[in-house]
Amino acid sequence: MIQELKHHATLADDFNQNEDRVGWHDDTLWWIREKRDKIAWQVPDWELLRDAASNIKDHVLSNLNPYLVQFEANAIANGITVHWAADAAEHNQIVLNILREKEINKLVKSKSMLTEECHLNDFLAENGVDVIDSDLGERIVQLAEEPPSHIVLPCIHKKKEEIGQLFHKHLGTPEGNSDPQLLTEAARHHLRETFLSRKATVTGINFAVAETGEFVVCTNEGNADMGAHLADVHIACMGIEKIIPERKDLGVFLRLLARSATGQPITTYSSHFKKPRENQEMHIILVDNGRTKQLGREDFRNSLKCIRCGACMNTCPVYRRSGGHSYHYAITGPIGAILAPNLDMEKYADLPFASTLCGSCTNVCPVKIDIHQQLYKWRQVIVQSGYAPKAKVLSMKAMAFTFSSPFVYHTAGKMGRAVLKYAPFTVNNKFNPWYKQRDMPEPPSASFGEWYKKNRN
Amino acid sequence: MSSKAQILAAVLANQPAKLPQPVFEPFSPQGQNNLDVFVKTAKGIGSSLHFFSGMQEVKNLITSSFSVGRIISPLAELSDIAETDFADLDAHTLENVELGVFKAHFGVAENSALWVTEALLGKRVSPFICQHLMLLVNKTAILQNMHQAYDSIGEADYDFGTFIAGPSKTADIEQSLVLGAHGPRSLVIVILG
Repeated sequence: MIQELKHHATLADDFNQNEDRVGWHDDTLWWIREKRDKIAWQVPDWELLRDAASNIKDHVLSNLNPYLVQFEANAIANGITVHWAADAAEHNQIVLNILREKEINKLVKSKSMLTEECHLNDFLAENGVDVIDSDLGERIVQLAEEPPSHIVLPCIHKKKEEIGQLFHKHLGTPEGNSDPQLLTEAARHHLRETFLSRKATVTGINFAVAETGEFVVCTNEGNADMGAHLADVHIACMGIEKIIPERKDLGVFLRLLARSATGQPITTYSSHFKKPRENQEMHIILVDNGRTKQLGREDFRNSLKCIRCGACMNTCPVYRRSGGHSYHYAITGPIGAILAPNLDMEKYADLPFASTLCGSCTNVCPVKIDIHQQLYKWRQVIVQSGYAPKAKVLSMKAMAFTFSSPFVYHTAGKMGRAVLKYAPFTVNNKFNPWYKQRDMPEPPSASFGEWYKKNRN
Repeated sequence: MSSKAQILAAVLANQPAKLPQPVFEPFSPQGQNNLDVFVKTAKGIGSSLHFFSGMQEVKNLITSSFSVGRIISPLAELSDIAETDFADLDAHTLENVELGVFKAHFGVAENSALWVTEALLGKRVSPFICQHLMLLVNKTAILQNMHQAYDSIGEADYDFGTFIAGPSKTADIEQSLVLGAHGPRSLVIVILG
């Protein structure tokens, strides 16, 4: 994909070409953030719940080896086949092998960010397997040949008119019709046919319970259930950090997940899969793909507590205005920016800088991940490892030089004010990145230093 | 070394010093009427509700609201108006079901979710594939929150279980809420007793 060669700032520029859309995107995500606040405040023990969830996840990470062993043993006892994949390639191959053994070349898939992270769809397509994504948002981006731009709201960057055009082309809806009710109805019919005809399904896993060997999948649409209960083969994919100790811990996480994600009290369906149906095959793939490495990074292991609610994206002032595609990684937004550099520090060196470090993400995180502090720490690691973008290194050097000498600092300040006052055209142009989408400020008549000298008596 | 051995060894090497399993004492507001909260929450997410004293009223509602189309229910009391012996059919043959009627173990006030397990559903797919869903719950079986829900489930051994809260829905197109994504277009909750 050509996009992946571009960095966050360039990709954000692309998104910012359409100012109306940026405004809509910004407002819509903030509206979801407000819905989250409203519903969270109705829960009297909300902060206690966040503490509890954070403590449970800390405990799990500190005891992950025995919990994984326990989960596997219980899942096998329940009649589920368990596979282990060290990386994305092994995960994808396991899925393909299961399908080939059953001579299945058509798959229906419900949302799984892990399979996005592993690029499962591309791999299966290259190997002759037809994959249909069944979450409406994911189906829309699949038809548009784009990756999801948000982990919970995959097509939040798309306007309904574009979706209407896509559906007209692919599903035969009337041209020019972009009514959400009509488009959803068309998708319902198209995907019902898919559910009824596919013999294999892939789903994600929200929580895997060590104590019982069961796993929980949450959806609003019911697509994971339609796929799983009609298919002969159900393959459920999870990162190894999705383990929780006991069934009762679900009480804590299910209270937090949907409220944090979309401001709903719970998702429509929270399905607990414990055993396969009669004559059904059920598989679980436990995937590492960099997670054990992140577990060993003391400063960053907290990121593995994430339950993928997306609250950090909805609140992020940078995400809301730059769009999910600007993160060029499967997990977008602030949490993606601390997960991605673990996998490839050079390729994702730009992401921890795509933040104002305002801390809003940390404040809304249901499992209390210190996201903005990790972003700050990644910056140190990335610069020390020599992966900082060249322009950033140069401008930081210039800043260090300016701040290290009072004379240079005062002169630079005077020059800046003079330029804004007498020659605004030299900065109010497309060569100045600060002028894009904003006006330059009115220059003050004096610096604070000058004002203080004059007024101190 | 197998991937399993490799992953488990890496986890063991990298996991931090063991932290104790936290003890969580959920906060339960006193004096709350769980049924009132349940009703308000259910209506808020698009479910419709009825208060009936017995199954005859349920039957009357079904015959007046769902006069055409296939009806399934594992409840023997409904055998004169619904198919009750569908459990052995191929799941795909339920694709044309108009209404499914099932009992729920309990409901949860804070989110209006109803807990059902395979034993109450006949087939796993049945509450998802029907066009409309009706769930019956006893008035005395409304719990306050999800902690109480899992206390009630305890160590029950089910093969499949799910919390259902409202009709199937999506807001993926410009955040416009549409009911009836892939599952039922409506959820009718009947509170019995």
